[in-house]
Amino acid sequence: MNAAGLETQGLCKSFGALAVATAIDFRLERGARHALIGPNGAGKTSFVNLVTGALRPGAGRVLLGGEDVTGLPQAARVKRGLVRTFQINTLFRRLSVLENVTLAIAERDGVAEDFVRPAGRHRAVIEEAFALLDRLGLAEEALRPVSELAYGRQRMTEIAVALGLAPKVLLLDEPAAGVPSGETATIIDLIERLPSEISVLIIEHDMELVFRLARRITVLVQGSVLIEGTPREIADDPRVRQVYLGERRHA
Amino acid sequence: MPDARALLDAFARRHRLHALEALPWVAAVAAYFAFPDYLALGAQILAVIIFALSVDLVLGYAGIVTLGQAAFFGTGAYTAGILAANGWGEPLTGLLAAGAMAGAIGLLSGAIILRTSGLPLLMQTLVVAAMLSEAANKGGRITGGSDGLQGMEVWPILGKFRFDMFGHTAYLYCLAVLAVAWIAVRALVHSAFGRSLTGIRENVMRMHAIGAPVDRRKLVVYTISAALAGISGGLIAQTTQFVGLGVLSLERSGTILIMLIIGGVGQLYGAFIGVPLYMIAQDRFSTIDPTYWYFWIGLFMVLMVVFAPGGVLGFFARRRARREKP
Repeated sequence: MNAAGLETQGLCKSFGALAVATAIDFRLERGARHALIGPNGAGKTSFVNLVTGALRPGAGRVLLGGEDVTGLPQAARVKRGLVRTFQINTLFRRLSVLENVTLAIAERDGVAEDFVRPAGRHRAVIEEAFALLDRLGLAEEALRPVSELAYGRQRMTEIAVALGLAPKVLLLDEPAAGVPSGETATIIDLIERLPSEISVLIIEHDMELVFRLARRITVLVQGSVLIEGTPREIADDPRVRQVYLGERRHA
Repeated sequence: MPDARALLDAFARRHRLHALEALPWVAAVAAYFAFPDYLALGAQILAVIIFALSVDLVLGYAGIVTLGQAAFFGTGAYTAGILAANGWGEPLTGLLAAGAMAGAIGLLSGAIILRTSGLPLLMQTLVVAAMLSEAANKGGRITGGSDGLQGMEVWPILGKFRFDMFGHTAYLYCLAVLAVAWIAVRALVHSAFGRSLTGIRENVMRMHAIGAPVDRRKLVVYTISAALAGISGGLIAQTTQFVGLGVLSLERSGTILIMLIIGGVGQLYGAFIGVPLYMIAQDRFSTIDPTYWYFWIGLFMVLMVVFAPGGVLGFFARRRARREKP
């Protein structure tokens, strides 16, 4: 079998009596556009934290491109191309947009270990960061502090920082959370234009976004996988309707 | 849209020297000629600026809150002092030994205590300094205990420049060492490594998520900062020819923090403003009012916090911002 971009095998985690992950088997194919959905408290964010290494699993394995990374710290997984964004903006708010992306690229290139030459001498890093912002339509705000940007633009910066790390697998944790509905389209558009070789997993609440972007959907309920399938299969499944779609959210 | 090239150039050139950065050096040289009677105090101020720079590096740039920086200052002071009291009075090597010893203590203690952050870390920095202070107190045969270290004999610098009773040599010696320290610290904070420290201070979670080895970076900067504090302590020991237990005290860790906060944290030049301001005020108040001078220092600080939070540099930054945004 071809190695998946990202795979988990029997992933378990509990906090005391609360099981946030119960034997999760999950495959994210290379180049996938996959969504992970589930009601509040289903364990979606815990799953992300387990995969990225922010949480240590109680049992099970995490494989990245077929390689077992379960024992590796977060930084080592990032170096191997596993990158995430955060549900709540996690940026350097007082630094400029360009600085935010520059810091990420400097880490990726190993430039950040240089403590003699001025950061500005690493011109290639800055050029690349700016080119990335330009591509995402953020060039005009490049030198403004992140905190001064509109929320939707901050969400895009969040994705820009992730892209600066040249991800092979990209985990987008509610990329449109908190964005005014008028600006959601820009975010969707941005995600649609992501390079096709990146495997993307979107963790989302917003059904419109999920059905627009995902070609496969996994439904998580109480820490375990309820069902996985195409958007059509998921939308038609009575159990999903019961636990999730019927639950006040627009289907 | 602004010209992208110009914008990138400006961004890449942030490390270039600004004309204002010459100001502290002009002031220091001018003070040498203007106040020949105060050179001993001046030398102390210059040495303590190095100490404040060391605190700024960990607190202002890496966001590591410490109340135990005196541990490294004191280690440096005792190292240089014990060497000079036991037949090795060569000042430059003594200073290097002071920095190396303090750096080693920083590396060892940092490897243990930097696993924590926030209040637990603050407590542990206190504990490290307290342990060293107690060790110096009990090790009286080497350190002189509570009587202080007596009998230091510091040789002329480079075999030529004898320390004189007016403080000419001491002042210029401290100024030269400060200049070297400033060049090193400035290069460090403007380097890619220094920028990543700012990242750690601003959002440690994001630094982890972009794959930065945060713990290692913190340990490296903690060690560098400790070495710098040690050099500062060594300078004080060599120029005053005395080391007492006070160099390891909580009071010293606290006042250096206050001096830095008065000047402004995380901006490199806060140390150059806060230290002279505090130490000159202390000198003046204690002459004017020998019994209650601490009260006046306290009042001065309260006013400072009320009217200039963010220190002197923060005050000017806000005024400039207000002028630019009418």
